[in-house]
Amino acid sequence: MTASAVPSRIHLPPSFVNYQTDNAYDEMFASPGVPRDHYRALHQTLLKLPPEELRRSQQAADLAFLHEGITFTVYGSKEGTERIFPNDLLPRIITAREWAKIEKGLAQRLTALNLFLRDIYHEGRILADKIIPRDLLYSCKHFRREMRGLNVPRDIYVSVCGTDLIRLPDGAFAVLEDNLRVPSGVSYMVANRKVLKRVFPTLFRDYGVWPIDHYPRDLLATLRTLAPLNTQYRQDPTTVLLTPGVSNSAYFEHTFLAQQMGIELVEGRDLLAHDNVVYMRTTAGLRRVDVIYRRVDDDFLDPLCFRPDSTLGVPGLFNAYRAGNVTLANAIGTGVADDKAIYAYVPEIIRYYLNEDVILPNVPTFLLSDETHRQHVLANLQTMVVKAVGESGGYGMLIGPQSTAQQREEFRARVLADPRNYIAQPTLALSCAPCLIDGSVESRHIDLRPYILMGEKVTLVPGGLTRVALRKGSLVVNSSQGGGSKDTWVLRDGTGEELLEEVRKELTPFASDPAHPITPLPRTV
Amino acid sequence: MRPPRNFYAQTFKRDAGMLSRVADSLYWMGRYLERAEHTSRLLDVELQLWLDQSPELGAGRWRFLLDALRAPAAPGPVDPTRLPNTLVFSRSNASSIVSCVASARENLRHVREQCSTRMWEQLNRLYLDVIERRPEEEWILRSHDFFLFVLEGAYLFHGITDATMSHGEGWQFIQLGRYVERADTLTTLLETHFHRVTSNFESPVEGAEYLEWVGLLGGCVALEAYCKAHTAEIRPLRVAEFLLLNPEFPHSIRFAVDRVNAALHLIGDLTQRSGKLPTRIAGRLRAQLSFSQIEEIMAEGMHTYLQNVREECAEIHSAIHEIYFDYSIEAELAS
Repeated sequence: MTASAVPSRIHLPPSFVNYQTDNAYDEMFASPGVPRDHYRALHQTLLKLPPEELRRSQQAADLAFLHEGITFTVYGSKEGTERIFPNDLLPRIITAREWAKIEKGLAQRLTALNLFLRDIYHEGRILADKIIPRDLLYSCKHFRREMRGLNVPRDIYVSVCGTDLIRLPDGAFAVLEDNLRVPSGVSYMVANRKVLKRVFPTLFRDYGVWPIDHYPRDLLATLRTLAPLNTQYRQDPTTVLLTPGVSNSAYFEHTFLAQQMGIELVEGRDLLAHDNVVYMRTTAGLRRVDVIYRRVDDDFLDPLCFRPDSTLGVPGLFNAYRAGNVTLANAIGTGVADDKAIYAYVPEIIRYYLNEDVILPNVPTFLLSDETHRQHVLANLQTMVVKAVGESGGYGMLIGPQSTAQQREEFRARVLADPRNYIAQPTLALSCAPCLIDGSVESRHIDLRPYILMGEKVTLVPGGLTRVALRKGSLVVNSSQGGGSKDTWVLRDGTGEELLEEVRKELTPFASDPAHPITPLPRTV
Repeated sequence: MRPPRNFYAQTFKRDAGMLSRVADSLYWMGRYLERAEHTSRLLDVELQLWLDQSPELGAGRWRFLLDALRAPAAPGPVDPTRLPNTLVFSRSNASSIVSCVASARENLRHVREQCSTRMWEQLNRLYLDVIERRPEEEWILRSHDFFLFVLEGAYLFHGITDATMSHGEGWQFIQLGRYVERADTLTTLLETHFHRVTSNFESPVEGAEYLEWVGLLGGCVALEAYCKAHTAEIRPLRVAEFLLLNPEFPHSIRFAVDRVNAALHLIGDLTQRSGKLPTRIAGRLRAQLSFSQIEEIMAEGMHTYLQNVREECAEIHSAIHEIYFDYSIEAELAS
């Protein structure tokens, strides 16, 4: 990997005059001006297109997004304020070989995390074996005591997962964080693809890209395999998507998924629980509901059990869930496994439950509750990224190299006041990819969020949401912090494809460990 | 050959019934848009007539207009220059044109995934335009364009709806709302009119009175259709018959009730609730309007007759609410 700290502008054609490389991994160029094999065709196309043409294409794409209403709601502004999620036209390309490893690694990770969740809400072997300290686990903000001893269908807690991957300077992928509660963004993945196919039809066809449009169908199939076991409804379970409502920032995605899956989009007030059975109120009377794909956080699901001030949920839902009459996907209490402090233990969790080597590594993480870690981090704050464990969306974090002395002092005080609430990671140079900025091609930092489904088997659509830090030099890709997204192409190329098929064969159905059967609790009557 | 009664329900629909909340929103969207349309039309016609009339006569008509729209009004003489505020722009009057368009749009916004994209775009565009308008100086004299814009916006919306949305249960609820509202507003209009104007019903009317009756027909977009049926000679009895009992004209009460009845039957089939209360009341009202004769009605008293129709409309509304949107859960669980 050729890296140069000095911006290189030599030999660059007009579209690329502003393209600067730094010490991060560059997705397109192996060395300045020399594209990697799988980027060569895109590179050629870009050289041929005049900047004016590129700018026009971008405008056409933006308009398409606006007209189709592919938007997210901005909080804190007036009623109905919707913004388009910025989209970058240039695709991010991943070879089949690289993808095969990602697929295998993510399947391994999600399998282990599901075993972990079952364990901590039942026997707690991993705690007894002192792999994870009890105080760390029980102090997780999203640990749900209510889930102790409760059995979920197929022992699957997380059936819909979006994991954030980054590419390190040496070109290897690593996991930055798991999103095991209600990951969003998948509608943008599908929408990006739809628009890009219109803008670059020939390039797309010539590249040979795996399709992703079947995601909603796969999601529905996954949800259906999770239907409660004790009812006659198994053949054709009624599945619904529970949304917090029209003012939620991801409401567009909820309507999109419900429409694509052909299921009802319900709000809490459409549902009711009676005798531990959940019904929805239709014009033809009450209809029993079997599976709820919920996009409402744990806290708001049931005012009788969690936050009493919630009007988004359904009173009595948790009891129906406990009685096994309805499935929630994802299960309640999965947030404990994406707590940033538990994240640090995931490699050990994988080794403990699967007895396998970790395929996709973590990034190095320091737990600030640990005395030696804390001293090291506080001494090197200017090179570290410090994050609050329970937060997401790019909130509550300090990026050392881009912070002021005052901000660092502030964070030092916060860490010392509540060390358990923080972790730190070295500042990582996210890989860079070419992006279209004002008609010229510039380099921006990106990450990758593939979506993993777990039902009867593990399913990944080849691709995901590549998020882009559109501000120059920025490392924050969250949409709330000036991020955008681009389409992700996984190639169907020669040897890599065979490899992928082999990996898929190995993705065996997930089954409970027969050596450790779980004694079911008596059903609530 | 006609398909059997439950044919559609059995053949094409996987599960019976749509979400009550969604049906409720579509129904109310239909009602609000119809109300905006009705108010626009009536105001437009009245303002045209106002130009033709002497000031004294005009003052009486404004009071009548407020009553016909069931708008809130202080006692005493009505100041026509203040009318746009109340009837067009006021957001505190839930039945003003702007409020109605906003409520229709808000209802659709909550169930956007149920309608086609083009429907949403059209209603949204109408909304964005009307909330920008302000009652400027002498607005009332140049208001024709505005009313026309609202009317055409609503016509376009209904056209798009018919062309792009499945004519299933959701569509039927939109129609239901639209025609319940129409039957109700038309009845109120006729009631107010007959209360105020006491002509000899048999002979043709002349002069100032002529304008009153032309105004009534115009408010129901019925002038041309009436002339076609009975020539331009206006006889109150024929007008009453036309607006009350004509089975073919879209702005007659009978026509509206026919549509309500048809929508309720289809919804009843789709939800397996055909014999329930709303269908029964609507069927009874429809039969009454189908087999009544205007002479009988006059003999019995127009006022009583219309009052009865209005009450039945209100009952249909409550029955729809009770059977489809807000039914008792205990009763439902017991069945």
